[in-house]
Amino acid sequence: MLNDHLLSLVTLGPAAFALLLALLPARHPRVHRWSALLASLVVFALSCLIWVRFDPNHPGFQLEPPRVDWIPQFGISYHLGVDGISLLLVLLTTLLIPIVILASWTSIDEHVKGFHICLLLLTTGMIGAFVALDLFLFYVFWELMLIPMYFIIGVWGGQRRIYAAVKFVLFTMVGSLLMLVAILYLGWFHHQQTGVWSYGYLDFTSSAPLLEMAGLWSPQALVFLAFGLAFAIKVPMFPFHTWLPDAHVEAPTGGSIILAGVLLKLGTYGFLRFNRALLPDAWDFFVPAILVLAVIGILYGAWVALVQPDIKKLVAYSSVSHLGFVMLGLAAGTVASTQGAILQMVNHGLSTGALFLLVGVIYERRHTRLIAEYGGIAGVVPVYTGVFLLVTLSSIGLPGLNGFVGEFLILAGAWSGHPWAVVGAGLGIIFGAVYMLWMFQRVFWNPLDNEENKDLRDMNPRELLAMVPILVLIVWIGVYPTTFLAPMEAAVRALLVP
Amino acid sequence: MLGSLWLIPILCLAGAVVNLGLGLLRARKPLVNLVGVGSVGAATVATFIALWQYLHQPQTELIETYFTWIAAGRFLVDASFQLDPLSAVMIAFVTFVGFLIHLYSVGYMHGESDAGYARYFAYLNLFMFSMLVLVLGSNLPVLFVGWEGVGLCSYLLIGYYYEQEWCATAGKKAFIVNRIGDFGFLLAIFACFAVFGTTEFRGMFEQLVHDPVGLSTSATLIGLLLFVGAIGKSAQIPLYVWLPDAMAGPTPVSALIHAATMVTAGVYMVARCNAFYLTSHTAMLVVGIIGASTALFAATIGLAQNDIKKVLAYSTVSQLGYMFLAAGVGAFVAAIFHVVTHAFFKACLFLGSGSVIHACDGEQDMRRMGGLRTVMPITYWTFVAATLAIAGIPIFAGFVSKDEILAKVFEAGAADLNHFGRIYNVLWLVAVVGAFLTAFYMFRAVYMTFHGTFRGSEEARSHLHESPWTMTLPLAILGVLSIIGGVLIGFPGHLFDRPGLNAIDGFLHPVIAEIGTVDHGHEAAHAVTLEAEWLLLVASVLVALAGWLVARRFYTASDAPSLPERLGRRFPFAHKALMNKYWVDELYDGLVVRPIYRLCMFCWQVIDVVIIDTLFVNGAAFVTELTGDFLRFLQTGNVRNYALSVALGILVLAVVLW
Repeated sequence: MLNDHLLSLVTLGPAAFALLLALLPARHPRVHRWSALLASLVVFALSCLIWVRFDPNHPGFQLEPPRVDWIPQFGISYHLGVDGISLLLVLLTTLLIPIVILASWTSIDEHVKGFHICLLLLTTGMIGAFVALDLFLFYVFWELMLIPMYFIIGVWGGQRRIYAAVKFVLFTMVGSLLMLVAILYLGWFHHQQTGVWSYGYLDFTSSAPLLEMAGLWSPQALVFLAFGLAFAIKVPMFPFHTWLPDAHVEAPTGGSIILAGVLLKLGTYGFLRFNRALLPDAWDFFVPAILVLAVIGILYGAWVALVQPDIKKLVAYSSVSHLGFVMLGLAAGTVASTQGAILQMVNHGLSTGALFLLVGVIYERRHTRLIAEYGGIAGVVPVYTGVFLLVTLSSIGLPGLNGFVGEFLILAGAWSGHPWAVVGAGLGIIFGAVYMLWMFQRVFWNPLDNEENKDLRDMNPRELLAMVPILVLIVWIGVYPTTFLAPMEAAVRALLVP
Repeated sequence: MLGSLWLIPILCLAGAVVNLGLGLLRARKPLVNLVGVGSVGAATVATFIALWQYLHQPQTELIETYFTWIAAGRFLVDASFQLDPLSAVMIAFVTFVGFLIHLYSVGYMHGESDAGYARYFAYLNLFMFSMLVLVLGSNLPVLFVGWEGVGLCSYLLIGYYYEQEWCATAGKKAFIVNRIGDFGFLLAIFACFAVFGTTEFRGMFEQLVHDPVGLSTSATLIGLLLFVGAIGKSAQIPLYVWLPDAMAGPTPVSALIHAATMVTAGVYMVARCNAFYLTSHTAMLVVGIIGASTALFAATIGLAQNDIKKVLAYSTVSQLGYMFLAAGVGAFVAAIFHVVTHAFFKACLFLGSGSVIHACDGEQDMRRMGGLRTVMPITYWTFVAATLAIAGIPIFAGFVSKDEILAKVFEAGAADLNHFGRIYNVLWLVAVVGAFLTAFYMFRAVYMTFHGTFRGSEEARSHLHESPWTMTLPLAILGVLSIIGGVLIGFPGHLFDRPGLNAIDGFLHPVIAEIGTVDHGHEAAHAVTLEAEWLLLVASVLVALAGWLVARRFYTASDAPSLPERLGRRFPFAHKALMNKYWVDELYDGLVVRPIYRLCMFCWQVIDVVIIDTLFVNGAAFVTELTGDFLRFLQTGNVRNYALSVALGILVLAVVLW
């Protein structure tokens, strides 16, 4: 019974909680904070139950709730399911939401109710997009994410929040409208092939690969490009990345954590789930291009991050670099590199999410994110320094921490097929150390010469509490990644070798 | 202990974790000592118990697998340790020297704040953990965990005085330069997976022994890539630049990490992977050439340094070069032997310099020292013992190991090893010149520091004192080992027709892969007769004595120190080049650092801001706006305009339809 509805509960639960929250009076921000936290914890607990009930040996979709017809004339239905690929991403999402609420506890002090409603709606959108097994439904969830995020940036953001919010929405819309066309085309094509209307993912896995693939202007390639553009913008891949630094810099801390932690993953997830699985011939055709863009992204993101004067912008550009690794792993297409890429999505969500959280911690105290404003604060805030250092090391892929396992599998898996891409990406690892450690030096080391930093407060228990789960996972994944690699293996194998 | 080798590093890790906590609680120093020194002490005891058990059992190679670390696709990496003669030698001296230096640190760091003190010991313990993982790992990725771990600790400890910008910069530089080397190391790991399907040492070496001819190309590639890693970690040309700067860390750190243990990790790794170099003649030759060049190059820089720690730093770079030179002629045992004796005498030298710096209240410039031998007799005599060792004066530890290296290189040249005989002849000459310079710059340091009269301020003179027992005891132990350590573990028995007396040679022999393709030319053993070996030995002693005497003439004679100054004036360019370390840092800054910075700025300001954002993104928005503005003229809201449009439309239609 529970198995039947678990996934629906996790997906739609947050939206239901958002509705409840809407009914509560806005006068008491504390009530909203606590109830949203409680709601997110319940959702997280339920998602852990998914993990427990999940059978790692079964490659297909599991825990599917009963399928409900939605627009039967066109074969559109409410159909969810989780497999080894989406499982970790769902867990990552539900883990980050309570952390975001904790991180926003004091920094969001206006429209508290609205913020938490947006956050919970966003949760439904993200989880829904990960588990939807109907492409029409997927599109609805995909667009559903956009609106709350637009508000989170536009309402609770910084100085240039309107510019950033509009840029974010327009970039995403450009991609997703083309994707809608492609989805409708796939539905029509399925009807042509079988005489039955359907937007089901599983139906498409048999019909979509039949699309004609003969060069750039053939149907499969065009559908690939339509999906690919939407996802490339989301990832973001060079040269579609410029919305990201703006969105991050203007978004409130919580928004940045979600954005980096989960939203970007929808791009890479989409490439794997749709482009790779549904359009295999076009995928092979475009692999060289993806590889090149991935390596450019790795190096370019690192280079631009290197010269950023603003910590948050630096972290934002570092995301471009890290997601380049993920795309490299997906493009290389071996079991190891794909598993590494999925693990790296989680790793990036953890370490970059943590970095944004930590930047938020210090921003709350000093109201500046300029590196030049800091220096020598290691002695003033030792706990903060230690935590920041650990996350930095995770981000630069120190073996024994999570980032290394992901990068290692990606590069090792890609080596035999694409050694030059690995060499390029390997250079990115060097630059990764350069920009992170240079920033670390200028913020935490060097002389303590700014009077305003001399009595910074160290992290408080709430902030630490928000960080602890991430830190535990950073070490856990680094030392014993099997916990996380094992559940995805069957699904990845099934996807790559149908 | 056998069966649970993991306990040895874990003890150190536990010490690190507890001390980090103690640092946050600002616990007092005795407690920190107990945890910091105690944990390493316990690890040392555990190590020697394990070694005792190891020697009393029949197998030479024990592998303990704990759990599967990474498993995906075709890749399987176990978390596993391996105890064989090589790792046994390494853990023995790493824990032993490490323990002594922990003890020394108690005295040296006593002036630090409680929090800083705990942080220091936490990092030092973490270093011990990483180093032990490095030498115990039974496959390349586990070795790499330790490899990067020691790099991290090195970074943290060089930057220990993080409020001084130059220390912070030096720490960062060390990490980044090492990362460049690690890039090669990582690629080597990937290549190993591709070629052998495993990165377990045993599995890879078995395949190499089985098919050395078929795998020789792969061995060259992997050997060279691994060596890139070693170049970074062990500070060889061209990546040596971080090590002299690393002297920004506290002196015990320089002794432990930047002299005795971590920097020799590259030599260890090359010796561990000897099968690759024995398979690939090219890779082995490259190792030898880089080693010999570094040995000479760094020694020349050492001639003109005035900072006592900088002299020792360049000396370390140079000695590491000798170790690689040994590996480059296939004398991996000699390389490891020199690693061990070097750990004794170089740790002794660094700790001695620390003792001096401690007494001189932080002064490191030898021009403001002098005459310290009467004030600090223990420091003086131990320093002299270590100097005699590094200079290669007979029976002292460094003499035995260095002479073995020189002999092996000469042999390689004489026997035309791998048909590179001429090159090896040159390398031998280079090494001999380096040995002369070594003796010179080390005795120069001794004379400038301990002889003559004190040249510091009056106030500094009143502070001079011998160091406490926690510092002099490690010095004394290392001093004794600098004297007898060499003959004890590696007595050159073959000179007396008693090769069995060379303990380390026999012990390490099983680690060297039996690969048949090494071309010894004419049989190596007969290429050099026993008489010739003795002659070589006498020659190298004479070279060392010459270096000593020249230094004595330069720095103690009555007209000292005008002689070196006159020399400097006579050859101003050479002097300036040496003083400025050949401007290599400046060169790297101009050729690498600045161009990359400009590239980064270009990517950001031109590609990102101007081209993508302004031209395309905002450009698209602008065009849209412009289109809107234009189209707005059609929607004036004025009925007469619409009537006109309708009329024109009808007219056009009428014309068309007509």
